[in-house]
Amino acid sequence: MMLEIRGLTKHFGGIQAVDGVDLHLGEGDLVGLIGPNGSGKTTVFNLVTGIYRPDSGSMALGGENLVGIPPHRINRLGIARTFQNIRLFRNLTVMDNVRIAHHSHLEYGPLAALCRTGRFYNGENELHEKVEIYLSIFNLQNRKYEIAGNLSYGDQRKLEIARALASEPRVLLLDEPAAGMNPYEVGRLMEFILSIRERFRISILLIEHQMRLVMGICERLAVMDFGQVIARGIPAEIRENRKVIEAYLGEDISIE
Amino acid sequence: MRLLRSLVKTVAAYALLAGSISFLAGAGFVNPYWVQILMLACIVAISAQGLNIIYGFTGLFSLGHAAFYGIGAYTAAYLMKTYGGQSQAAFLAALLAGGGASAAVAYLIGLPTLRLTSDYLGIATLGFGIIMKVVFDNADSFLPELGGARGMTGIAKMTTIPWVIFFLIVSLLVVRNTIHSRYGRAILSVREDEIAAETMGIDTFQYKMVGFVTGCAFAGVAGGLYAHLYTFLHPSNFDFFKSIDILIIVVLGGLGNMSGTLVVSFGWIFLLEGLRVFLPPGYVELRWVLIPVLLIVTMLLRPQGIFGAHEFPFLRGKGAR
Ligand SMILES: Nc1ncnc2c1ncn2[C@@H]1O[C@H](COP(=O)(O)OP(=O)(O)O)[C@@H](O)[C@H]1O
Ligand SMILES: [Mg+2]
Repeated sequence: MMLEIRGLTKHFGGIQAVDGVDLHLGEGDLVGLIGPNGSGKTTVFNLVTGIYRPDSGSMALGGENLVGIPPHRINRLGIARTFQNIRLFRNLTVMDNVRIAHHSHLEYGPLAALCRTGRFYNGENELHEKVEIYLSIFNLQNRKYEIAGNLSYGDQRKLEIARALASEPRVLLLDEPAAGMNPYEVGRLMEFILSIRERFRISILLIEHQMRLVMGICERLAVMDFGQVIARGIPAEIRENRKVIEAYLGEDISIE
Repeated sequence: MRLLRSLVKTVAAYALLAGSISFLAGAGFVNPYWVQILMLACIVAISAQGLNIIYGFTGLFSLGHAAFYGIGAYTAAYLMKTYGGQSQAAFLAALLAGGGASAAVAYLIGLPTLRLTSDYLGIATLGFGIIMKVVFDNADSFLPELGGARGMTGIAKMTTIPWVIFFLIVSLLVVRNTIHSRYGRAILSVREDEIAAETMGIDTFQYKMVGFVTGCAFAGVAGGLYAHLYTFLHPSNFDFFKSIDILIIVVLGGLGNMSGTLVVSFGWIFLLEGLRVFLPPGYVELRWVLIPVLLIVTMLLRPQGIFGAHEFPFLRGKGAR
């Protein structure tokens, strides 16, 4: 088991945002996490990545405890994410966004950087090649020197995924990666997500509002409502599930 | 050998700059008063580059830069006065000790404040600046050599053109080489978005500390050079308004722009002194009207700083930016 979450709980004031959530992600899994707005999906990501500390429950990556570990260490253990409300390094170039994420994997030290030794140049050259790879997956290789904040909305979302990949995670958490994309872009995104899973052999947990995306590519789904997981199963089962249909009632989202 | 080539280039540039200016000054082509102003400008440029690291690159708001400049100045001056005499080697050691003292104090201030949001550092450094002014004013009560409110005298005149150019070049190289490396990018990511940086594996506390401590060390070294240029220190040289001067230079130069900080440091000092010379007697205090007007106009016309994102070629990274 890659990622194992048990009894995860978090409240904000009187709101029980996450209430006893269990989630399991195996090697190479692609699992969808869905649910109405405010059901606690993003909070689960914030707990797993260490931005918030859970009130109770356990989280482990490959058997290693994640509770109480600061976010940068959790990333180094192998978890990377994107954000629902995009959080790029807006004033830096596309290339720098990706290079920063690869920081912990570079080997040269401060002295090598200060004196610009051969070790520094080798490290930077290798990094450049890697950046090229991550950007070309998302057709962003020609935008390297552009300022990230100037990219289109869809490209910014893709750059966020490229940046997350550059930190070389074992588990990738995507928070509504298709938000704001048109149907064509969503189609492309589905291909991107499937291809990076194969290519980098990572497990993916995907929060998504657009049913076409989750139903189309996820093997399993977990549905949240009011902080709890109310249903799990393969997409075909979820589509028929009465609790799920009720949870979504009143939301202007169709479960196709 | 790339390292050797760039070393040779740097040393050549240094020798040329320091040599020609020293020659012009020595041969009497440039009036000694202006030579002294030029040295002051270099010193201010070093200190401003330090604040540029802190505020421009790391995004930390510090209102106490002059206090760190003062710590470096008093530390170096005290060490030279009591142990150093006239030795050049001792002078170098005293300058580095001044930078080290500022860095150590910055570390202690950073420990409790840098885990909080940037505003806390602003408040903490503001308070620290005010406290240090009081400490400098009363320094004679624990170390008589420091002179307290009467000022510190008897400092040897050690600061020369070669020394200031040397430290200016070193400071620029340190900033350039750091910023265009993984450490500099980590520092920039802290400024851009701390949460995103953390989730990408950057220990933001550590890099805030690196930025703050390095920037304050620059101020400390600059302070030591200043002390041995004017051979007299007074607490009013290191008060809140002196911190604001440096802040203005960094903002005008464009936050996170090395070339802008460099050019505005020189422009600022020469403007202040130039106006003193060219304004008719009795109107010198008009400086403090003209300069704010200039500030407002510049910020309206070039809010991104006079240089924007442009850097001098020797301050760019490898590859375009
Ligand atoms: N930092 C926070 N402070 C207060 N309440 C929060 C915070 N983050 C999330 N919440 C609340 O927790 C609940 C779950 O939010 P969220 O996890 O963002 O839902 P989802 O991602 O499923 O739309 C909501 O009621 C939200 O208002
Ligand atoms: Mg959400």
